[in-house]
Amino acid sequence: MNWLLVGIIVAATTVGEILQAIGMRHHGEVHDFRPGAIGRMLALMSRNRYLIVSVAMMAVSFFAFMSLLSISDLSFAVPATAITYVLETALAKFLLKERICWGRWAGAMLVACGVALLAL
Amino acid sequence: MHTESARLLIKTRVFTALVVLSNVTGNLSLSWGLRRVGRLVSVSPLVYIQALFDPWVALGVALLIIWLLSHMTMLSWADLSYVLPVTSVGYALAALAGRFFLNEQIGLARWAGIALIVAGVSIVGRTSVRTHSHAAGAAR
Repeated sequence: MNWLLVGIIVAATTVGEILQAIGMRHHGEVHDFRPGAIGRMLALMSRNRYLIVSVAMMAVSFFAFMSLLSISDLSFAVPATAITYVLETALAKFLLKERICWGRWAGAMLVACGVALLAL
Repeated sequence: MHTESARLLIKTRVFTALVVLSNVTGNLSLSWGLRRVGRLVSVSPLVYIQALFDPWVALGVALLIIWLLSHMTMLSWADLSYVLPVTSVGYALAALAGRFFLNEQIGLARWAGIALIVAGVSIVGRTSVRTHSHAAGAAR
């Protein structure tokens, strides 16, 4: 049961965050942090198709995560879901065309190993 | 160009802190609340809605909404492959929070994991925040 939930969380989070990155890139850089501007930003974001699907995916992942937390330790649940992070770095390179220099790969690998150790 | 990248870096640091703090406190509060609610595995949404009436669960959800929004805002200018590892310092903090607030045990392996995460994050933190060409940059 634990690992089924982890699978659901990983799939939903990966798709959700990639779509979030695509959607926010369409939105453009956020500059203005006054309350009125934040309100306008939220209104714009709620009409962005990528972000709508992304939030739906994040909701699926969230409820699966809540279930996982109710039957296992926080210190198992959080690191186990970090597999997403390896998948997403690879997808960021191929789908989002980000240039991933050696520092980022090295850092990514260290974090992945660290997270794996946390799950022991 | 120089002041532009400095400005971007400060903005990124502030949002990294916001993303990490809201995530760690949100998960902690949720975990604490769900311990009181009990086992929660169901396809029916009613069970989850009922759990929201626990104040700790509600606080956790509110913090995680802040997390989602600040994470999204940060992605409007920063690379996903930058945001992901840098905000994963939260994993290390989550383990420490589990240790100090929920009395979960941290063995040698977990301490080593925390150290590796912190090392990885500090390496990625030195790379540039944005490598993709930003189409919307022209809208400025």
